[in-house]
Amino acid sequence: MKEKITDFFSSRLGIIITGAVIGILGPTLQKFGNPKNMGVCVACFERDIAGALGLHRAAVVQYIRPEIIGFVLGSLIAALLFNEFKARGGSAPVVRFILGFFAMTGALVFLGCPWRAWFRFAGGDMNGLVGLIGLAIGILIGIAFLKNGYNLGRSHSCKKAAGWAFPGIMIALLCLAILQPRFGADGTGPIFNSESGPGSMHAPLIISLCAGLIIGFICQRTRFCTVGAIRDVAMFKDTHLISGVLALGVFAFLTNLVYGQFKFGYDNMPIAHSNLVWNLLGMILSGLAYTLAGGCAGRQLFLGGEGDMDAGIFVLGMITGAAFSHNFGLAGAANSVLEDGTIKVWQPNTQTMIAVCLGLVVCVIIGLTNRDKVD
Amino acid sequence: MAQTAKEIDARGLSCPQPVFLTLKAIDEGKFPIRVTVDNATAKANIRRMAQGKKLNVAIEDKDEDIILTISK
Repeated sequence: MKEKITDFFSSRLGIIITGAVIGILGPTLQKFGNPKNMGVCVACFERDIAGALGLHRAAVVQYIRPEIIGFVLGSLIAALLFNEFKARGGSAPVVRFILGFFAMTGALVFLGCPWRAWFRFAGGDMNGLVGLIGLAIGILIGIAFLKNGYNLGRSHSCKKAAGWAFPGIMIALLCLAILQPRFGADGTGPIFNSESGPGSMHAPLIISLCAGLIIGFICQRTRFCTVGAIRDVAMFKDTHLISGVLALGVFAFLTNLVYGQFKFGYDNMPIAHSNLVWNLLGMILSGLAYTLAGGCAGRQLFLGGEGDMDAGIFVLGMITGAAFSHNFGLAGAANSVLEDGTIKVWQPNTQTMIAVCLGLVVCVIIGLTNRDKVD
Repeated sequence: MAQTAKEIDARGLSCPQPVFLTLKAIDEGKFPIRVTVDNATAKANIRRMAQGKKLNVAIEDKDEDIILTISK
């Protein structure tokens, strides 16, 4: 029975159904309260968690997102049920932390991870398409390093208990989300919840958690990965993963139509800016960092759930990167509408430009210096 | 019994290294190729790639590892 289920999830139909389920659940979560064109955005939601823990002070993006917890625990459950839970780590963990850090830096300039780029595109935001082009460019740069011998070395088996550390962090976050302890100064914190802005928009906890668990479970079984999808087509002409990702886009589009959530546009879209150059550069940085780390933001969560501590470190790097992005004022912001109704396109400040360029330089150095000789 | 011509140890390597190394060996054309991996993802990816090239893939579990033997 287990073998039949495994074969099904490994099949083309299995990955397409996985993409379709994510594509339907994303806009449905928006219907239940999640921010517009966000569905499930791994980068945005990890940023919200960083804020909820008080790691940054952007009051509009603070909330412990149960979807992220569900992704990891859903994957954990699938891995345990199918005997694939395996504690492992030690493949250049600090380098992976840095890659996660800069993946988030780029993501927050664009305002989304690859998943949200698809959800934005499927909701009619053409900046989503710009982001996907940037993502593809970043992945192609990463492939050039892979073809020249880049890798971060082998991971090694660890004690089983160590593999529980990352899922354990998620269980702790779930406890904090439910208990909402209040013993900070002036009766606020240590857990913060946005009263306005995207952080205040969310589906009920139980619905978010269940959606996350479902997605985590099926993505662990199918190895769904938005970065692997483009990488495999470009490197191996393998269309397996991309068929699932395209299904995500198509079903998100159809679900948005059903809910009346589709709105075509470019410069006045929800939680989005239309600065073409910086949307592109942000996602090029992200795409490169994900490729050097071996998978997209979501995939790192699923790997973390099945005991991969290197993926867990990447996620912790992303959460830290989110805190830095807001504390240093690096993150993008939506376009603003002036009094006369004209739209003012978001412009990056100096430190944002420096951070993105620094991230690209660091990724290139990582790509060049972690290499085996190529025959 | 055919002599194993090429051994690949892809244990502990991140995506897409296991598939990438196997593909390079396939392009060299020395069969059979024995690839050792330590996770189900690498196993599934290598099997799909090799079968897509109409090659035969035999899979055996050995302790914590999985060995894929790819032949024409």
